[in-house]
This record gives sequence, structure tokens and C-alpha cells, in this order.
Amino acid sequence: MPPPIRRIAIDREPTVAPERPIANGLAQAPVTEAVARRRSERPDPATVRERMRVDAVWLAYGENWVVRDVTLPVRQGEVLAMIGASGSGKTTLLRSLNRLTEVTAGGSRAGRITLDGEEIHELEVNDLRRRVSMVFQQPNPFPMSIYDNVAYALAEQRPPRGRRRRRTPQLEAAAEDALRRAGLWDEVAGDLDRSALRLSGGQQQRLCIARALAVKPEVLLMDEPTSALDPLSTLKIEELMEHLAVDFTVVIVTHNLQQAARVSEYTAFMLGDERQVGGLVEFGPTDKIFTHPVDPRTEDYISGRMG
Amino acid sequence: MSETATVATAPPVAVRPPRQSTAAWPLADRVGYWLCWTTGIALCLIAVAIVVFMLVKGVAYLRPALFVEHPAASLQQSQSGGFLDPIEGTLIITAIGTLIAAPAGVALAVWISEYGRPTALARAVESAIDVIAGVPSVVLAIFGLLVFSEGFLGFLSQNAANGAVYGRSFFAAGIVMALLALPLIVGSTREALAQVPDRVREASYALGKSRASTIRWVLLPSIRPDIASGIALGMGRIIGDTAIITILLGVTLTTQGVGSTPLLGTLRGTGSTLTSYVYNNSPAGEGNAPQKAYAAAFVLLMLVLALNALVTRLTAGRRSDRASIGGRLRAIGGSLPWTR
Repeated sequence: MPPPIRRIAIDREPTVAPERPIANGLAQAPVTEAVARRRSERPDPATVRERMRVDAVWLAYGENWVVRDVTLPVRQGEVLAMIGASGSGKTTLLRSLNRLTEVTAGGSRAGRITLDGEEIHELEVNDLRRRVSMVFQQPNPFPMSIYDNVAYALAEQRPPRGRRRRRTPQLEAAAEDALRRAGLWDEVAGDLDRSALRLSGGQQQRLCIARALAVKPEVLLMDEPTSALDPLSTLKIEELMEHLAVDFTVVIVTHNLQQAARVSEYTAFMLGDERQVGGLVEFGPTDKIFTHPVDPRTEDYISGRMG
Repeated sequence: MSETATVATAPPVAVRPPRQSTAAWPLADRVGYWLCWTTGIALCLIAVAIVVFMLVKGVAYLRPALFVEHPAASLQQSQSGGFLDPIEGTLIITAIGTLIAAPAGVALAVWISEYGRPTALARAVESAIDVIAGVPSVVLAIFGLLVFSEGFLGFLSQNAANGAVYGRSFFAAGIVMALLALPLIVGSTREALAQVPDRVREASYALGKSRASTIRWVLLPSIRPDIASGIALGMGRIIGDTAIITILLGVTLTTQGVGSTPLLGTLRGTGSTLTSYVYNNSPAGEGNAPQKAYAAAFVLLMLVLALNALVTRLTAGRRSDRASIGGRLRAIGGSLPWTR
């Protein structure tokens, strides 16, 4: 049960700043064709289906409030980037979208989070997590073979029969499909029985993405998916995200502003630290946030004067 | 010619720093150092002495026939038979004990580390395991005798015509032996579960897997070597224990079944194990056949040493499997020809 909401004074009302371009902003961040096309063809927000909605959500671990009063739409077929300094509650908010905050002792929530209009607390939690899958900051493959990592995700709660997950043709095809989508198939096809722990960090992360895709989610949550990786692996995963956004709704938390500017259509900027509970400062189309932010705090953060 | 020219001259052998002398150390440090050193060497000597002594004494009296002959009551060592029945007994007791302790121990460990709610109950269970681990096996045995002599447990042992329950059988001894092995299995399983990082569990939850499915398909397979080493340690405890056998197995010379049902009859009946055989045939026991005792002790020692070696193998396998990827790469990189 969520704790009673305790209102916390917001130190500063959001102010409306005059629209002017940021001199050293990321307006010129190179954007690939696919992203540019999606941005230019962006439909009117009113007509796009809202996949998930975060509505006046407050989150706490025990007695400590971590996120205050965030309202955010997550629309179909888009990449939503959440940026902000450490401690601003981005990751916690992301984890609350598939109720992973409940795994941590003392995690609680006030406000509504809906998936296709349904409150996620009213959905069966494992169903929810299959529909809203997640990739973590640290690559976390299971200590088993590459194939088994994906097959485990694919299998229903209980494998059909026998001790081992059977290598049925359907399972193998589905595993191959997931590995292909994650761009890993060509590198591992010859040796699917190898331990997943022997892959490189970037390969492990793509395996984790393959695993998350294997459950055929509707929304894919990514928590700083490239922060533990080298630039080359990062590039591969960013390319991957562009393709993913066609079929899935992607929510990505990132510390890398360039990355947010490159891959996302919408950006949410969150602010908070030890003294101040994290909250949403500004939400809008990525190109607008990065060129004409409304709030001066957003501008400070994006232009590197803060955080 | 050209090939030899490309071979770089080996760098000069690094001069090792001279061995540090302890002469400059404070007296207390020197005494401490030598004490540690002496203890270590002394322990090595003792271990070697045990093995060599048992080897010499044991092998001298070891005959192939000892493994296939039933023991017989005789004052002459040449006619007192072999230790087929004790070996059989050791195997049966170990099997019963392990079959009970392994699933129970793993289940307990999983419950404590993965569920453990309410917390007070989990603490109580932990303390209970500690208590069982601390109880001397002879006390467990006496307690077991009390319990298994109760009428309602009569089906586990021999019953007298007047309804009295003997309370001593393979069942009784095996079940109490399970208590001996249980804390070891719980301990190693819990430790291994605690070492599995939370992100592995979260990864599984994030795929829509239930807690139970995560435990069954991710956690347990990944700690299999640790569970195995816990079980092997527990088996070592069971094989080596004498008190429970003496009190709860009846210690008849041969395996004495009850009734005519083949397996059940044996398990309800009495017998002996290698430990009780050694005890009885040692000069301290009734049999007084020291040669047989030495031979049996040697077999027992080999059995336990083999189990220990198995544990070492299993644990070593686990360590290398969990070593950091960076460390592994460095190890590979260091051994490549061009990095030498």
C-alpha cells in the first residue's frame, strides 16, 4: 500500500523563459536518417495512442521520497529519453513502470501509472513485466548458455516437460529471431552453447536486449543501457534502438545527453539531489528541449552549467 | 640468418631483492613468526604421518577377500571374515542421510535467503540450524533413540512381541545422520545464494518470471557446484560419524534384516558401518582384530579423502567460473606468444 502523500514544498515554480536558441547546445547533434524522419513525421500528440501514462506519481523507498509528483505520457512507437543528474529519480521512475521498485524493500508509490488505460497495480505482475520488459545498466546475463538465456525468457513459466528446456523448432526460431533483432546473431550463431558469461560486455548487453525482446514486450525500458560499454558497442546499441522504436515503445534513461539527442523523439528532464526530491522539470519534443528549453534549469543542465 | 637477427635479446634477469632477514624484527614478531611457521610444519607432519601410518598398516592387512566376505565372530583374525557388511552399511547410511538432508537443506537455504518472511521466523530457523550444528552427535543419537523407540515410529525399526520398539535401525541412524549433514548443506547453499548478485534476480523478474521460476531455473543451476560441495561435505560427516552408529544402528556384526521384505527389511534392521567396525575390532572394542581394524580404517580414510578431493575440485571449478572476465582475458593475453 502506498504511503500517504506528504506534500513537499517545491523550491521554485517552473518559470517560462523567453524562447531563444542555446548557443552551445546540442542542436547540431548528428541524428540519423531514421530518427530525423520519425521526428519530421511526428504526428500530432493528440492522435498518437498513449501506451503508458504516469499520473501524479510519487515514489519512496521507506521513509525517503525519491520522486515527487511526475506526470508523463509514454506514447506508442516513440523513444522517450529521461535525462537528469544522478539522484534525480530517473531510474526509480523507470523501474516503477514495470513494478520493479517493489522488489526493493520499502518501495512504495502514490499516484497512478497506467498501461493502455489500466492501472498497473491491477495487472498480474508477471504479465505486466512481460509486456513492459527491461534492460539494465550492467549487462546481467544469466550464468548459462547463450541459447538458454534467450530460451529461458521465451519459455512459459513452466517449461513444457522434462528437466531441460527442449530445443523445439519453434523455440529455436524464436531465439534466432530475438538474437537477430538484437544484432547479435551473426556473432554467436556458430556457438550458441557457449556460456553467456564469456561474451564481451557489449555482446552481453545485446544478449540482454535479445532476452528482453524475446518476451515480445509492448514497452521496452532501458536503464542507461550503454553506460558500462565502450563507444563501439554503444554505437551498435544506439543503431539497434532506432530499429526497435518502430515496433516498440522505448523509454531510456541516460546520462549521455548526446545519446538522448540522437535517439529520442521526446525528452523528459528530471532534477533532484540529496536535499531535494527528484521531480520533472520539463517534458517535450527532443529537438525543442535541446534547442529552446522553456525552463532555465533545463538550459543550465543541457549547456553543461549544472550537473 | 635473418631470422636470428630479429630475435630480440632477452632482457637481463631481474635481480630479486635479497630475502628479508627476521633479525631486524622486534622479538615478539620473531617469536610469533616462528610459532606460525612451526605450527604449519607440525600440522603437515601430522597429516603425512596419519596417511603414511594408515597406508603402511592398512595396506599390509588389506586383502581383496575383505571386501567380499561377511564378518564372522571369531577370536582368530584369520577366521573373522571381511567387512562387506560394514561397507554396505556405510553406503546405506550415507544414502539415507544424504537423500533426506540434501533436498531439505537446499529448501531451507532457499527459503531463508530468498523468502525469509516473517523475519523473526527466519532468524529462529537460522538459530535452530546453528543449534543442530552445535549439538554433539552423541547427544543427537541419544535423542534419536528416545524418539525412534516411540510406538508410533515402530515401523522404522524392529518390534518385540510385547510391542516394545527397538528404536535402532538403518532408518533411525540415517535420519539422525541427516541432521548432521543438514547444517553443512544449508550453509554452503546460503552462502552461494548470497553471492549471486541481485541484478541477476532482477533480470529474471524483468522478463516476467516469478520468484519460484527464478529460483528453479536461474539461481539453483548457477549454484549447483556449491550445493554439490555442501552435499559432499555432509556425506563426509556422515561417513565419519561413530556415535550415532554405535547408539542407533544396533551394531550387529552383520546386516540383520527384519521380516522378509527385501529392501524395507534391511532398512528396518540393524547392521554396522566402517566406523563401528573399526571401533569394535580395535584393541578397545570387543572384536579385538586390530589387523582388520587397520584395513577398514584405511578404506574409511581413502573414502573420506576422495570426498574431500571431490569438494576441492568442485569449489575450484566454481571459482574459475566466477572469475572476472577481465581477469580471464588478462590471463589469456599474458599467455599469448606475442605478449611474452
